[in-house]
Amino acid sequence: MDHQPPAFFNRGPAPLVRLMFFVVLALLLMVLDARFRYTETLRAGLALLAYPFQRIAMAPVQLATGVVGFFSSQVQLQRENDALREKQLRAAKDLVTLEALAAENAQLRRLAEARERLPRKSTLAEILYAGRDPFSRKVIIDKGRMDGIQPGLPVVDDVGVIGQVTRVYPLLAEVTLITDKDQAIPVQIVRNGLRAVAFGAGDGATLDLRFMAANADILNGDVLVTSGIDGTYPPGIPVAKVVRIERDAAYAFAKIACVPAAGTNQHNQVLVLAADDKLPPAPQVEPAQERPVKGKRAKRRE
Amino acid sequence: MMEDRPQRILLPVKANFMALTTLLAFLFNLLPWRDVTGLPDMLALVIAFWCIHQPRKMGIGAAWLLGLMMDAANGALLGQHAFAYSVLAFAAVQLSRRILWFGIWPQALHVLLLLLGAQLLMLSVRLSAGGAFPGFVWLAGSGIGALLWPVVTFLLLIPQRQPEMVDADRPI
Repeated sequence: MDHQPPAFFNRGPAPLVRLMFFVVLALLLMVLDARFRYTETLRAGLALLAYPFQRIAMAPVQLATGVVGFFSSQVQLQRENDALREKQLRAAKDLVTLEALAAENAQLRRLAEARERLPRKSTLAEILYAGRDPFSRKVIIDKGRMDGIQPGLPVVDDVGVIGQVTRVYPLLAEVTLITDKDQAIPVQIVRNGLRAVAFGAGDGATLDLRFMAANADILNGDVLVTSGIDGTYPPGIPVAKVVRIERDAAYAFAKIACVPAAGTNQHNQVLVLAADDKLPPAPQVEPAQERPVKGKRAKRRE
Repeated sequence: MMEDRPQRILLPVKANFMALTTLLAFLFNLLPWRDVTGLPDMLALVIAFWCIHQPRKMGIGAAWLLGLMMDAANGALLGQHAFAYSVLAFAAVQLSRRILWFGIWPQALHVLLLLLGAQLLMLSVRLSAGGAFPGFVWLAGSGIGALLWPVVTFLLLIPQRQPEMVDADRPI
């Protein structure tokens, strides 16, 4: 007992021990977060704690944008106004035909006893800032669980699909852009109805159409819209345009790069579409049959 | 060399000031940078600064907690910043007695290595968790952070350089 150093010199556990403790704790958190998603409550609590700081940090920027917007020149506003009026005139013509077509379509659908596609409810949200995580493509919007936002809802702007809500906080929500690496969206080519799945390429600007046969009927400039078969995205919303096709005889699949239609990093206002509640319940997943597993590859496929 | 240079005896640091500067660095990191890459991680820099100058007051635990807050605020993998910051704090505390013997630019060189190490740790963790490679511009943040080291040193030591009382015999 007498060999203890006096309290004056006592500095707690050795630094290396302390480091090991915190590193193991951090690694544990990372595994729990990445593999099992057990940490959502902790994350929500911490995010709520950080929310006032985020608001404080955002205030000067919002003030600056407000001031700049106030002093933006009259001429620019005038020009913008003219352009918008012209656009509206041109759109009005389309709108008249569209209304007629919609009425006709509804009539035909009723005749065919097809399920009427009701317009979904939507929430207007504003993009607060782009996610600061450099490893993923995300934006934060100013509507959260309080406004009825749920994980999985599609997010669109006036041109096309932007992404999907992936994480919901009480006051904010996180939208993963379609350009995020491995973010998948089922699409359909307008020209011939060919279905495919587009994945974010990971470079932040393009999408890939993976697993399309090298001889698939896809041309440069083809427009991709959502196919709607996933039940998440409503069908027919523009997603992307094919810009580059590489067909290599050495590979079974073609390399197809597309550019998103929506301005995934330009606009500030977006629409969060509500879930389609007329979907049939998801089919029960049958438990996989017990089979003798050979090797690592077979195990992964399960 | 070191012996030739006059050295200033600093006042003891105030814990409130340490907390305030850390908070300001945290707020800097939370500013809505839209698509700017290559930003210095100010919080990492300030943590490194206080770990080097006050290794008994700032340490691994505080760095870990701050890293966790960064993760939650950024929507990053939970524990990623905590991991990198705690290793950074450990290295900075271990090196603190060595670094302060150097002049300001060799100190910045040490800090460059510390910041780069923290970034590479985060990079390896995220790539193994399936993230996209953010590009080499992202690593430039460490270089800018190290270039800011003299500025940060000047600013954060201001309160400790103030004389307790100024009179005719002691003008500074």
